[in-house]
Amino acid sequence: MTSTVELGMPGAGTLGVPHLVQDAPAQTKKDFVSDQEVRWCAGCGDYSILAAIQGFLPELGLKRENIVFVSGIGCSSRFPFYLDTYGMHSIHGRAATIATGLATARADLSVWVVTGDGDALSIGGNHLIHALRRNVNLKILLFNNRIYGLTKGQYSPTSEFGKITKSSPFGSVDTPFNPVSLALGAEATFVARAMDTDRKGLTSVLRAAAEHRGTALVEIYQNCSIFNDGAYEVLKDRDEAAARLVHLVDGEPVRVGTDKVVVRADSGEFTVVAAEGADPSRIVIHHADAEDPSEAFQLSRLDDPTMSHVPMGIFRNVSKPTYDDLVRAQVDDAVESVGHKATDSDLATLLHGKDTWTVGG
Amino acid sequence: MSNKRVQSLDSVIIRFAGDSGDGMQLTGDRFTSETAALGNDLSTLPNYPAEIRAPQGTLLGVSSFQLHFADHNVLTPGDAPDVLVAMNPAALKANLGDLPRGATIIVNTDEFTKRNLAKVGYDVSPVEDGSLDSYHLHPLGLTSITVDALAEFPLSRKDKERAKNMFALGLLSWLYTRPTAGTEQFLKSKFGSKPDILQANLAALHAGFNYGETTEDFAVTYEIAPATMRAGAYRNIVGNNALAYGLVAAAHRSKLPLVLGAYPITPATDILHTLSRLKKFGVVTIQAEDEIAGVGAAIGASYGGALGVTATSGPGIALKSEAIGLAVMLELPLVIVNVQRGGPSTGLPTKTEQSDLLQAMFGRNGESPCAIIAPQSPGDCFDAAFEAVRIATTYRTPVFVLSDGYLANGSEPWLIPEVADLPHNDITFVTEPNDIDANGDPVFHPFLRDPETLARPWTIPGTPGLEHRIGGIEKADVTGDLSYDPDNHDKMTRLRQAKIDGIAVPNLVVDDPSGDADILILGWGSTYGPIAEATRLARNDGLHVARAHLRHLNPFPANLGEVLGAYRQVILPEMNLGQLALLLRAKYLVDVQSYTQVRGLPFTSVELANVLTEASELASATVSGATR
Repeated sequence: MTSTVELGMPGAGTLGVPHLVQDAPAQTKKDFVSDQEVRWCAGCGDYSILAAIQGFLPELGLKRENIVFVSGIGCSSRFPFYLDTYGMHSIHGRAATIATGLATARADLSVWVVTGDGDALSIGGNHLIHALRRNVNLKILLFNNRIYGLTKGQYSPTSEFGKITKSSPFGSVDTPFNPVSLALGAEATFVARAMDTDRKGLTSVLRAAAEHRGTALVEIYQNCSIFNDGAYEVLKDRDEAAARLVHLVDGEPVRVGTDKVVVRADSGEFTVVAAEGADPSRIVIHHADAEDPSEAFQLSRLDDPTMSHVPMGIFRNVSKPTYDDLVRAQVDDAVESVGHKATDSDLATLLHGKDTWTVGG
Repeated sequence: MSNKRVQSLDSVIIRFAGDSGDGMQLTGDRFTSETAALGNDLSTLPNYPAEIRAPQGTLLGVSSFQLHFADHNVLTPGDAPDVLVAMNPAALKANLGDLPRGATIIVNTDEFTKRNLAKVGYDVSPVEDGSLDSYHLHPLGLTSITVDALAEFPLSRKDKERAKNMFALGLLSWLYTRPTAGTEQFLKSKFGSKPDILQANLAALHAGFNYGETTEDFAVTYEIAPATMRAGAYRNIVGNNALAYGLVAAAHRSKLPLVLGAYPITPATDILHTLSRLKKFGVVTIQAEDEIAGVGAAIGASYGGALGVTATSGPGIALKSEAIGLAVMLELPLVIVNVQRGGPSTGLPTKTEQSDLLQAMFGRNGESPCAIIAPQSPGDCFDAAFEAVRIATTYRTPVFVLSDGYLANGSEPWLIPEVADLPHNDITFVTEPNDIDANGDPVFHPFLRDPETLARPWTIPGTPGLEHRIGGIEKADVTGDLSYDPDNHDKMTRLRQAKIDGIAVPNLVVDDPSGDADILILGWGSTYGPIAEATRLARNDGLHVARAHLRHLNPFPANLGEVLGAYRQVILPEMNLGQLALLLRAKYLVDVQSYTQVRGLPFTSVELANVLTEASELASATVSGATR
C-alpha cells in the first residue's frame, strides 16, 4: 500500500484501498469514461445512472486501478464496459459470487456489483441473499426496471402481478419481490433506494454506500424505454412525486409528500395519515442505524403496486464486521501465531505430519 | 514371551467390518498406522454407506475397512481378504461372498442374537450351523469380553461396549505382531480430556492383545517383514489429504495465496476440511452457499491474482459448468478438483467411479477446452495437484484434477517429497503496456498472447494504467474489445483450442520389461493399482504384457498415437462404460478394447489378469490361425 498521505473521503468502506496521493491531478468524470461505444437503447435509464456514477467516482479519491466493477448478464450488466476501471462482465446471476472471491482475496480493492432485477433476484437470488447476510464489503447496484430487457420483454421477479408481457399474454400470476424488503429480510447492513433520473438523490445514496463497510444494496428504479416504458412515470411527475415519495432522513419523522406522515398504530402497523392532527407520539422517526431491521422492513412495506407512497433514501445503515475482513483476520492471526509467513520448513513440517518413519538408504 | 508359533507371511489382506457405529474406520486407520510404522508397504480401501447411521444391524449399515500389507510393493487394497473381522451378522453376511475358502473369520458372537440374525435373514446362526466349516472361524464374545475387562471402570455399560473395537484392534495387533504404542499415543490425544474413556480404551486395547497371547484359540502369530522401499521419510496418507497438500505446496512454490471456494459434497469434503485448517499458509477457504458460488469465488480470487481452486464431485461440476466456461473465456487460472463418485445424479455418493471424464472434456456449452489430469494413487494426488497448478498458471486455463472416491479415502505409504526438490513456479503479473498502438504509443492489450504458450497476460486489478474489462462475451483477438465478427470468433475459438493442445506434457512411458509384448494394457486414474498388479500376475504366468498409465488426459501426450499403434491389442479397463476408449478410438483410429465395470468398487487384479490371459490366448489363436 502507499505510504504517502492519502486524500479523499475517509469512509470506512474504502479503508485499505489506496487513495490518490496529495499531488496527483484530481480525477474528473472523463477519467472514468472508457473508449467503448455505449450501446443501450435511446432513452434507457442506464444512461443517467452511468453518468451519475462516472460523475460520483472521482469524489472517492481512490486510485482508479483499485476500483473493480463486476456484473452479471442483462442490459445493466454491460455497465463495466463503459467505465474505465477494472471490470468483469460475468455470467447470469453470479456476479456476487465472483465479487465475493475478489473482495476476500484483495483488501485493497473497492468492489462494485452491477446487476438487474432478473440477474439479482431471479437467477442470482441465492447469491444475493448470501452476500447480504455475510456482509461482504461490496456495493451492489440493482437496476430495477421490472422487466427482462435483453431478452426483449418478459415479466421479471419485480414485475407487478397481472402484468401483460410477451411471456404472460394473460397477465403474470407471479407475486413480485420488493428488493428492499428482501434485502432487509436477509439482514443486509446497508439498504437504500434511488431513482435513475434523480442525480442528487442517487449520488447521495452512492456516497453513503461507498462509506459503508459491508454489503450495500442500492436499488435504483430504472426506466426501460422499450419494453416497460413509464414504469416509474408517476414518480417522475413533479407534483405526483411530491405527493408520493417518502424521503427517508435519519433521525427525522417519516413524511409522505408535504402533508402526510407515517404513524404507528396500536397494532404496531405503519400507516400514512394527514400530518395535521396526527398524534406526535405516534409519528415514526426514522432510525437507519437501528440494530433491529423490523422498522426499516415496515417502511419498505409502505410501497404498494399503485406506488402511492414510495420510500427513497437509506432504509438501513448499521455497522457490523464484514465477511472479508473476518476471513483475512483469521488468516492473519494464524500467520501471526506462527510468527512469520509460511516457510519451506513449515511446509515440510506439514507434509511430514505426526506419524512418519524412515526407510534407510 | 509368548510360546506360540510364529509364521512368516509375505502379504496379508484384512477386512474390518461392522455396523457404521462400530468404529471400523477408526480401527482400520489405527491398524494401518501400526503397519506403516513397521515398514510394510500397504494400501487401504474404506467402504462405508452413504447414510451416516443406517438402521443398526442391517446390511445397509455395514461399514468396512480393508487393508493389504506386505513385505513387497503393494499396488491395491487386495482382492479377497485373508481375514474378516465381523462385528455382527450383517457384517458377516455382507462380506462372506468376498472371502476365499480357508480365510480366517473372527466374529463377535454377542451380536449374533436371534433378532440381529433375523434382520439379515439368517434363520440359524451361521456360526453354529456348520456353514462356515471351510473357514478358520473364531467365534468370540467381543462385547462381553470387553465389558468384563473393563469391570473396574466407572463407565456405563454402553461406554464399555463401545471400546470393543479397541479390543478387536488389540487382538489383531497381537496376531500380526504390530506395535500398539502409536495407537496408545493416538488415544491419549483423542481422549485426553476424558480420562475414564481414555483408560477404558487403553485397557480394551491391551485386553485384546493379551487375549491373543493367552487363549488357545489362536495358535499362531504372524510376521510380515518390512518391504523394500525407496529410502526416505514416509508417512501414510489418504488421497484427499495428499491433494490438499499438493495445492498448498504448489501455491507456496508459486508465491500465490490459495483461495478455495467450495460447497460440502461427498467424497470431496475432506479437501475443504484440510485446507480450512491451513490458514497459517495463507490459505483462504470460502464455504459458499452452493457449488456455483464456490467456483465463482475461485474465479474472483484468480482474477485478483490468487490461486483460485474449487473442489467437488460430479454433481457439483454439473452445477459449475457455466462458470467453468466463463473461466475458459476469461483465460484465468483455475484448478477444479472432481473427486468422482458413482453417477448419474446423486448416484452412489460414497462409491468410486471414473465416469466424469467426458463431462470434464466436453461438459460445457460451446467449444470450451480445459486441461485434464488424473492422479493414479492416493499419494500421487499430491503430484497431480502440483502439476494442475503449474498448467493453470502457465497457460491461464481451468484444469481438472480427476480424482475419485477410491483415491480420496484410500491410503498408502507416501515417500514425503523434499520441499527443496519441488519446482518453483515463477508467476509474472504483467504490469506494463505490452504492445504499440497505431500511433506508436505503448498500449496494453489483454488478449495479446505469449507466442510460446498462447497464454494471455495475467494482469490484476490494482495495476495502474492497465485498466481493462474482460467477460464472457467473445472478444477481439489481441485487444480484448467486444467482437461479434465471424472471422474473429473462428480465430479465437481455434486459439483457445490450440492453447490447450499445446500444453507441454511429458511423453507416455511404457513399461515392457521383455520388449516382446504385443498386448498393451492402458489405464488412467485410480485403476493404476489393479492394472499394475494384474500385469505383475500376468507376467508371472509368462505373458508378455506392456503397461502404460495416462496422467494427462487433455491434452494427451504427443507420443500416445505412436504407442497405441505399436501393439496388436490395446486393452483399456475403466470404471465407466468406455469413456477414454471412445476418445482414443476417435482421435487415433485405434481399435481399443474397452473392459469396463461400474460397481462402485475398484477392479480386482485377478479379474484384470484374467482379461490379459484371455487376450493373450485370443492373440495366439489368431496368430496360429493366420499361419495355418
